[in-house]
Amino acid sequence: MNTFGKITLGFALALSATSASVSIASAAKLTLYCSAQEDWCQLMARGFEEASGIKVNLTRKSSGETFAQIKAEEANPKGDVWWGGTGDPHLQAAEEGLSEPYVSPMRAKLNGWAVSQAKSADDKTIGIYSGALGYGYNADLLNAAGLPVPACWKDLLKPEYKGHVQMANPNSSGTAYTTLATIVQLFGEDEGFEFMKKLHVNINQYTKSGSAPIKAAGRGENTIGIVFMHDAVKQAVSGFPIKVVAPCEGTGYEIGSMSLIKGGRNPESAKKFYDWALSADVQSRSLEVKAFQVMSNMNAKSSPSAPDLSTIKLIDYDFKKYGSSAERKRLLKKWDDEVSVLPQ
Amino acid sequence: MKTENKAFAHSTLLLWLIVGWAGFCLVPWYGIEDGFFGFEWLSDGYPFDPDYAPALFLILQGKKIWLASVVPFMILPVIALFRIKSDPVFGKVLVVCGALGFGILLGQGFIIGLKGWQFGWLEQLFGPLGDRQFGMGYGALFMASAFLFIFTQGIAARGAVNGDVFVVSSIGFVVTIVAIFVFFPIISMLLSAFIGEDKAYSISVFIDKITDNRLWSLSCITGGQKCGAAWNSFALAVLVGITTTVLGLAFALVVTRTGFRYKKLLRAMSVLPIITPPFVIGLAIILLFGLSGSFTVFFSDLFGFQPTRWVYGLPGILIAQILAFTPIAFLVMIGVVEGVSPSMEEASQTLRANKWETFVNVSLPLMRPGIANAFLLGFIESMADFGNPLVLGGNFDVLSTEIFYAIVGAQYDQARAASIALVLLFFTLAAFYAQRFWLGKKSYTTMTGKGDSGVYSQLPSRVSKPVFLIVAAWTAFTLLIYAMIFYGSFVELWGVNNTLTFKHYITAFSARIGEHGIHWTGSAWDSFWTTLKIAGISAPLTAAVGLVTAYLLTRQNFAGKNAFEFGTMLSFAIPGTVIGVSYILAFNVPPLELTGTGIILVISFVFRNMPVGVRAGIASMTQLDKSLDESSLTLGANSWQTFINVILPLLKPAILAALVYSFVRAMTAISAVIFLVSAEYNMATSYIIGRVENNDYGLAIAYSTSLIAVMLTVVALMQLIVGKTKIGRRSGQSGAKP
Repeated sequence: MNTFGKITLGFALALSATSASVSIASAAKLTLYCSAQEDWCQLMARGFEEASGIKVNLTRKSSGETFAQIKAEEANPKGDVWWGGTGDPHLQAAEEGLSEPYVSPMRAKLNGWAVSQAKSADDKTIGIYSGALGYGYNADLLNAAGLPVPACWKDLLKPEYKGHVQMANPNSSGTAYTTLATIVQLFGEDEGFEFMKKLHVNINQYTKSGSAPIKAAGRGENTIGIVFMHDAVKQAVSGFPIKVVAPCEGTGYEIGSMSLIKGGRNPESAKKFYDWALSADVQSRSLEVKAFQVMSNMNAKSSPSAPDLSTIKLIDYDFKKYGSSAERKRLLKKWDDEVSVLPQ
Repeated sequence: MKTENKAFAHSTLLLWLIVGWAGFCLVPWYGIEDGFFGFEWLSDGYPFDPDYAPALFLILQGKKIWLASVVPFMILPVIALFRIKSDPVFGKVLVVCGALGFGILLGQGFIIGLKGWQFGWLEQLFGPLGDRQFGMGYGALFMASAFLFIFTQGIAARGAVNGDVFVVSSIGFVVTIVAIFVFFPIISMLLSAFIGEDKAYSISVFIDKITDNRLWSLSCITGGQKCGAAWNSFALAVLVGITTTVLGLAFALVVTRTGFRYKKLLRAMSVLPIITPPFVIGLAIILLFGLSGSFTVFFSDLFGFQPTRWVYGLPGILIAQILAFTPIAFLVMIGVVEGVSPSMEEASQTLRANKWETFVNVSLPLMRPGIANAFLLGFIESMADFGNPLVLGGNFDVLSTEIFYAIVGAQYDQARAASIALVLLFFTLAAFYAQRFWLGKKSYTTMTGKGDSGVYSQLPSRVSKPVFLIVAAWTAFTLLIYAMIFYGSFVELWGVNNTLTFKHYITAFSARIGEHGIHWTGSAWDSFWTTLKIAGISAPLTAAVGLVTAYLLTRQNFAGKNAFEFGTMLSFAIPGTVIGVSYILAFNVPPLELTGTGIILVISFVFRNMPVGVRAGIASMTQLDKSLDESSLTLGANSWQTFINVILPLLKPAILAALVYSFVRAMTAISAVIFLVSAEYNMATSYIIGRVENNDYGLAIAYSTSLIAVMLTVVALMQLIVGKTKIGRRSGQSGAKP
């Protein structure tokens, strides 16, 4: 064997050495794709490990990224359960046959909106929490700049807010798409797009992640952020000078969802997790990580700081229509072509 | 080489035949779900269980019969063992068997997949297959390697590259891995640029996407509107390329050609930004210059103006990228500046040229390859950079983030992503050719085998003064940024609550000693160990592949050399986001099933960073005169011995640059990684981005600071191990260098 042969063989061996030995022989496993915040994902993964003894592999990515990954892996799925993240991509996954239908025995204990989410997708997804859309502002910055306090959606169009409002890019964020769909449902499509065009003038940045605008506002890098109210509440509770606004015209909401990935490698563990995640005890633990959404199990505890959905004017959000990929693509394309290209 | 004896050549052939047969008869043919290094299969039904069976056992059980089609090409080469090398039959048999065997092995993998036949027309022709196969494993890997090297030995025997087995095998090896891990994913990605809504291929879809107004709009010049992402990226990249090259050159000159006393500090400092996770500089810039940044607030109070978000957009990205990429230019420039032989400058001065004339007419032109390389690297790095525009971009769209949004968004438009990638590729390739054109065909060889001596001449004062000024300003700014980062990791909540605390470090890196040894209780340990392991494995691989490639490019002539160079550079010109997604598309399904493993991360790093190894190697090797090789060959060494004993020792700076760079890039990369990390193999950067998204700046910065410390240690260790090149005779005067 000459030296060169040794080297190439060494290369092959080194390459093979990389997939080091983290395998647990025959023990039950679960691969969890999580699209909620990191600490909540950790809580779910470690909590389930403790409760069941099943080893959980956790990947946290935004709902858009997770959807992309599941779709890319369609022919050979790596994940078992997709937990968390706004409902639309879950509905889209159901529609494209990426997820598996399952009727959990826990279903009787869930709120109506969670069950109707499941029914609209042929049982391929289910609601785990819900939260209403709104916005928050940094009170210190608002005062310093001498700006009026906003209360309605239309207030955000005022010229004095130019350069002070931030929202996510609807192409990359479920939150921002929900905003777009809400405005369209609230004002009608034509007037809704007029609204988005005027809002565009005031926007200082379209962020990638849905909750980034309010986090930027918390750090003082932005004044007003259009986000889900529970995200704004979280910033306020964490000590940032954030005030939360439920817009006076009414607002849309999301249903954070969970789906079983079709063709996953550990279907038994996945179903165990699914049932476990819908139980009241588990859902009550969301408060430990300052997740202020309304949980789907009727017996789950909620925080006094959480926005009370019953006092907020909610629109009749059409999840079926605005969650469908055709409508979604159409609206996003229209937004891309007509709104995002305008001067600011 | 021509005197190579028969037994030697045949022992190599025998070895590869044995490897090939072992792959067929002994080890599991298909990939094992527990990972490449899980060895449970040995006690779990091997060799009869179909999941773990070698190909031979599968065929004997009547399964996967099609695998038998490779057997003849493993038997026939035995004939060659009994022939002498100059016999035409020897070469012919090996070439035919190697090529057909390799082709059939790959072909069957692509034709028969998870769902049986992969192509509809095959199903129509033969009916449903009723069987399927998973990704290839050890067996296929062994056998494919065997076929490859049987093929290259055949080619060498037929006289290619003077019958040099080492060179031909190296070329074959590099071509194969580049084809599999660069071209194959990119081709599968680019094919998708032609796929429209209806899943049919269409050219008009492609043209629509590539001429998109969002990419090419120039309205920011004519009106007040935004310009297209393509122009934004281009302008940014040119600015970054020029600035980093000038800064890199200034640093290299100060370190080598002045009596500056704190060279060590400069060298160490210039390494700082490169070992910094990409988001940290961006974060520090926000914390300093953002709307509520320390500087902004201080000056707006002082002068009473309304703070603005000026840093978001071009200015912020520009600052961050200059901070991040100057060290790359420095690493390239230092090798070249040091490589310019002092004797040339001494000759010039002996001929009565003054220092300035010598610098302009002799030193600077000799540094041209380095300058061009540094600019090229800066330009491409800036084009492909993802982390900084993501944090600081504001509404300044650049191509790399546009690609990301096209892919991660609910639109999930791979076709659009692929077409933007093509635009990006166009720019980077144009830069590549411009550089080649500029360098021309002049000879830059100054290090000859004929002995060289002399000390580097000092810079003329009209160069040294501005250079000192630039270096001082940059140094001060960098120190400030790092001081802020360091400080930021110890405060409770930046800007809101400035109490000093260790809590972020404790959250990330706590550990306690329990009854079963040390418990790593911190939240960062998992991703930390993974990152260290993956970076540690990929760095030497990258350096090795890069330098071998550089050697082939500068020292050997063979057909298709230009295409070869293009191929090895290509991966650098493709932004990480595209590599990430194309890897998922290409390697999620059999025959090459790698997603979710650590291997795919290592591979993506090796091929993404290989061009830097190649570039560093080329830049140094063009300065080594060929007479060195020739004298070695004349004295009876073969090309392998020449490479190891003559070329490599002279390449220590290039090796160091490649090792350092690839290790650090593996630890700090984010763009490709964000798609390739899995639950089991999460990387530090992907963990940090999660913390940043969560407004948990303290933890993110604390983690990054720890990473910086680790990388500093490793870089210092590598310096120590690889050592400093000694190519001048008067080693005493270079005492200021580490």
